[in-house]
Amino acid sequence: MARPFRPFAVTRAGPNDHLGVLLSTHATSVILAATEGHEGEGGFHTPSISDFFPSAILFEGTIFQIDRLWIIRIIATLVLLSIFVIAARRAKVVPGRFQTAIEFLLSFVRVQIGEEIMGKERSRRFVPMLTTIFLSILAFNLTGVIPGLNLAGTSRIGLPLVLALWVFVTYWAVGIRKHGLGGYLRSNLFPPGVPWPIYAILTPIELLQLLIIRPGSLMVRLVANMVAGHIILVLCFAATQFFVVDSAGTGLMFFGLLTLPAGIFMTLFEVLVAFLQAYIFALLAAAYINMSLEEEH
Amino acid sequence: MAAHSGAVVVAAQTDEPSGISLFLPAGYDLFWSSVVIVIIAVVFYKMVLPRMNAVLDERASLIEGGIAKAEAAQQQADEALAKQQELLAQARSEAAQVREEARAEGTAIIKDLKAKASEEAERITETARRQIEADRQAASVSLRTEVGALATDLASKIVGESLEDSARQSRVVDRFLDELEASQALASNKEA
Repeated sequence: MARPFRPFAVTRAGPNDHLGVLLSTHATSVILAATEGHEGEGGFHTPSISDFFPSAILFEGTIFQIDRLWIIRIIATLVLLSIFVIAARRAKVVPGRFQTAIEFLLSFVRVQIGEEIMGKERSRRFVPMLTTIFLSILAFNLTGVIPGLNLAGTSRIGLPLVLALWVFVTYWAVGIRKHGLGGYLRSNLFPPGVPWPIYAILTPIELLQLLIIRPGSLMVRLVANMVAGHIILVLCFAATQFFVVDSAGTGLMFFGLLTLPAGIFMTLFEVLVAFLQAYIFALLAAAYINMSLEEEH
Repeated sequence: MAAHSGAVVVAAQTDEPSGISLFLPAGYDLFWSSVVIVIIAVVFYKMVLPRMNAVLDERASLIEGGIAKAEAAQQQADEALAKQQELLAQARSEAAQVREEARAEGTAIIKDLKAKASEEAERITETARRQIEADRQAASVSLRTEVGALATDLASKIVGESLEDSARQSRVVDRFLDELEASQALASNKEA
């Protein structure tokens, strides 16, 4: 019979292994079954894939289906828009604290992402896009650590996919507008300075890069990070609940001393990850668009 | 019972989507994601960013305007100061000139007055001298007659009748008076 704290093998495995853990629901259910079987009064909630597919609340089965994740996304959207619309409405030449904080975020995107990657002149056109991407990802990421929501809006593929698609369409469009379709493909698929037999390998890779890898990596990176973050947090808090409340009075309680600080630490870590992932997504979007705008090599 | 509910949970979970479905978008997910992103993008493109940029531009122009204004004010102040100093210098030189003129005028006036005063004094002296001369002559005339008569009287009383002779009398008197005049002229010469 498996030991009750077995799930912690998973936490010790570190964030990189979570996708693997996640992909094998079978292993999860085995752990769950083992836990349930041992404890009887099973209070241990094992995080699983189903967390990201809550049952529909409205319009089930249609394209308008609304579930818990959607409510979270709608709340995040409303909060994000309220904050920025209020900031814009109240924007004064002499800023207060609130406006300074908002301006800090906006100028971070403009300077650290836009101007840093694309240069001042070129970035001007794309700053609104980068700002939208950065702030919406940030808002949807942060719902993962907000009590009561506890699920990142970006942890299901739809939203990252739409954003990645936007970036994809944008870098193709600006590239074709600047170089023409032929010129764009030539400069990307047949980079100069390479002996021609190499093109047999290089060109398919570059095409794959342009069509799939860039947008795919953008969205998978984001989703995987948010999914892994959610799993770790649920694991920490569920384990704390299990050790401190359900196992009260037994020696297992002391494991709570380990899992509760771990939960706190991981929450803070997830805030960092939320910022980092939004930054990376916007940064790479800027880089991909910039590559399309580069003069022919 | 508890084991039973656990089994139900496990069963429910195995019915749930497998891991790969995390990366396979559902239609409703894509639909709503697009709606949400479009809404956010529209608000940011049309409202938040233009508004914030307008404020930032206004701030920049205000700061630039403030700097320009300060520069203009500084320049004005410099000009005013230069003008003031110029005026002050002008006033000083004017004052010096006026003082110089006044001094010259004063000197002239004093000179004039002195000249006038000395003229007046001369005139007064002259008048006085004339008066004295006239008085002296009058006195001399009256003396000549009176002293002659008195002396004659006295001499006739002293000498008696011996001097009754008018010719002699007159000679004696004249001689006496001449002597007197001579001694007087001597005295006045000495005085002068």
